[in-house]
Amino acid sequence: MSVGAIDREWRRYTPRQRLARFALYFGIVAACVISLRTVQIIPEFLYDAHTQVADLLARMWPIEWRFYPKGVHEALIETLHIATLGTILAIAMAVPLGLLAASNITPNAWLNYFAKLMLVSSRSVNSLVWALLFVAIFGPGALAGTMAIAFRSIGFVGKLFGEALEEARPGPIEALKAAGAPWASIYLKGYWPQVEPAFWAIALFRWDISVRESAVLGLVGAGGIGMAIDSAMNLFQWERVALMLVAIFAIVVAAELAVTYIRKKII
Amino acid sequence: MTAMPLPASLPPGAAAAIEVRGLSKEYRRGVPVLRDVSIAFPDRGITAVIGPSGTGKSTLIRCINRLVEPTAGEILFHGRDITQLRRRELREMRRRIGMVFQEYNLVERLSVMENVLSGRLGYVTPLKAWLRKYPQADINAAFDLLDTVGLTAHANQRADALSGGQRQRVGIARAVMQQPELLLADEPTSSLDPKTSVEIMELLVSIAESRNIPVILNIHNVPLARRFAGHIIGMSGGKVVYNGPPEGLSDDYLKQIYGGEDWLE
Amino acid sequence: MNETAQSRPPAFQPNWPARIAWLVLAVYAVYAASILDVTWERFVTGIDHGIKFIGRMIPPDTEASKMQLLAKGLWESIEIAIIASALGIVLSLPIGLLAARNLMPAWVTWPMRLFIALCRSFHQVIVAILFVKAVGFGALAGILALTVASIGFVAKLFAEAIEEISLKQVEAIRATGAPFMNVITYGVMPQVLTRFVGFATYQVDSNLRNSTMVGIVGAGGIGGTMFAAFQKFDYDFLLTILLAIIAVIMVSEALQNWIKRLYQ
Repeated sequence: MSVGAIDREWRRYTPRQRLARFALYFGIVAACVISLRTVQIIPEFLYDAHTQVADLLARMWPIEWRFYPKGVHEALIETLHIATLGTILAIAMAVPLGLLAASNITPNAWLNYFAKLMLVSSRSVNSLVWALLFVAIFGPGALAGTMAIAFRSIGFVGKLFGEALEEARPGPIEALKAAGAPWASIYLKGYWPQVEPAFWAIALFRWDISVRESAVLGLVGAGGIGMAIDSAMNLFQWERVALMLVAIFAIVVAAELAVTYIRKKII
Repeated sequence: MTAMPLPASLPPGAAAAIEVRGLSKEYRRGVPVLRDVSIAFPDRGITAVIGPSGTGKSTLIRCINRLVEPTAGEILFHGRDITQLRRRELREMRRRIGMVFQEYNLVERLSVMENVLSGRLGYVTPLKAWLRKYPQADINAAFDLLDTVGLTAHANQRADALSGGQRQRVGIARAVMQQPELLLADEPTSSLDPKTSVEIMELLVSIAESRNIPVILNIHNVPLARRFAGHIIGMSGGKVVYNGPPEGLSDDYLKQIYGGEDWLE
Repeated sequence: MNETAQSRPPAFQPNWPARIAWLVLAVYAVYAASILDVTWERFVTGIDHGIKFIGRMIPPDTEASKMQLLAKGLWESIEIAIIASALGIVLSLPIGLLAARNLMPAWVTWPMRLFIALCRSFHQVIVAILFVKAVGFGALAGILALTVASIGFVAKLFAEAIEEISLKQVEAIRATGAPFMNVITYGVMPQVLTRFVGFATYQVDSNLRNSTMVGIVGAGGIGGTMFAAFQKFDYDFLLTILLAIIAVIMVSEALQNWIKRLYQ
């Protein structure tokens, strides 16, 4: 009968696991410490921050509602158009790229890699940066904004679309091939029904994000309400800025409600 | 047939592990699940609470360690009413009562060892618990318990990799790790196959005897209750209808508890 | 002779709602294009500009002093991302826990959820501008802006993950008499930890991408360098910066995957 005189050892992690976890924690802490030491923050500004923020908020009150019809409404609608048209264009361009990137549809590894590279680059460049580029190419205005949203969204939609395609069950595809269906029919009736719900979910999700992003593109001149915010801020008209922020908040909420509603209907 | 007389006494020579007086519980107003229940549970051996579904067996067990709050009545644990305990005193009371659940309620993603050791969580500070720095005595005890339930080889496996019977053993080990003065079990065998159910009941009996801990369990399998329990409490409609040894549980009582004869063998 | 088959309804009814929806979409596209003055000539002139533009970007500028500027800016962006992520993730743990409706009473969860919703509502750029106006140009504004964004994302998803856990495990730990923190550590965290790590790594990546951008509005990092190059028509340097940013992000994605596998 054991009296518990023998101490038995228990360890939660194997030595290898412990080493890896330690390396990870050490890396994280080291990164934080190094960053904190080298980042240039003026301490006075840090201590002062909360009063400054409070001061700014105070200057935004009362909100200048009367400005809405003249200065805000059109810009808001333009923002919505930029977001929607940009998403539509993005989907049109992302579908072929997604098809190329899916390894079960395009067997050629080089094409897969190329398509994936295009998609990654599109995602890595921020929409604001895309907007800068397109303002340089097309000049300021909504065209630049739309193209920026489109090019930024291609990566998002294409990647998720490609992944949804790769997860499609091969069974129905095989059945169609065995029946001798042409490749267009295979796509339309074999793959499309399987990925359709995911496709719409992705498209709606991206549209929602694009509405948010379109609102700020105007800050670099690419149209929409961002431009109104930029001018108001330069003139220190904080009550108008507050109005525009509320307007943006409102359409973002409206967009989310719309997305939830549509998702319930079609998915 | 009139209601049978209610033998409300404990087996001769036994003190009460826990006593409920006038216990009532309503989940919804006007729909009582427990009606004015008074029982003195024996402090030795296994006490089985039997009765049809919905009759308040599970509620009764859960009121004892206050996972369910009684609507009225007293619960006396070592002579002290625990229905009004708060926070730290409540936790201290719960430390002394172990519980085994119908669906094992193990922390699935943690290992068997961590689950067993979690029985000591009432005694270990949050920091040490998070770092898994348990006292060596606890670790030894945990290994001993794993030996007792026969799961030493699985100590570092994740809990969700085990079978139902094995998980319930871990659940029992966890409860016993608390070194409790009382063990509660809410339908411990209902999710198990017949053979494993018997094994679990045997394990409970052996633990009750070797460590001298009273066990109060509820169960809907009457033959199992008769076979393993030293004392039986039959409930029907939220009231106690039988309170005595298994030998005295005649068919008449069973009919009163469960209603109807068809299910009797 | 057999009777000719009675005319039967077609096997596949045309899906009118779907067809109408596609039609509406197409019409809308044309309508919106006209509203936005997206005309063909603008597009064509644009392509022409675009080609010239790309011509001025290639080859990318790799001159030494420019590279130093690039490294400094890039490093600042990484710092901003690291600090904002650490701060945001650490704060999201308690905030998310307090916002979980299955653990906390309503008077705690409502203010928390409101706070999280506020953090999420505004685009990082707008928040960055506000912080720049409040605390001045530089990294501090960027860090604060991205911290707010991190909390909005991670705390929200974390709270939702907690609301999906099985409360049975929590009940069992409570029954052992464990204090509140132990119930959280053993009953709640094991169920949500993997997902939390997923959210956290996603947010680190997102912060890295966004930190390159908040500089455009003056909140520190390489965005500022990039904007300056843009305004000086220094397009070949601009290309270098873009390529560097893409490279950094790809490295970060690879690291992300490694960490996720570690925490399986």
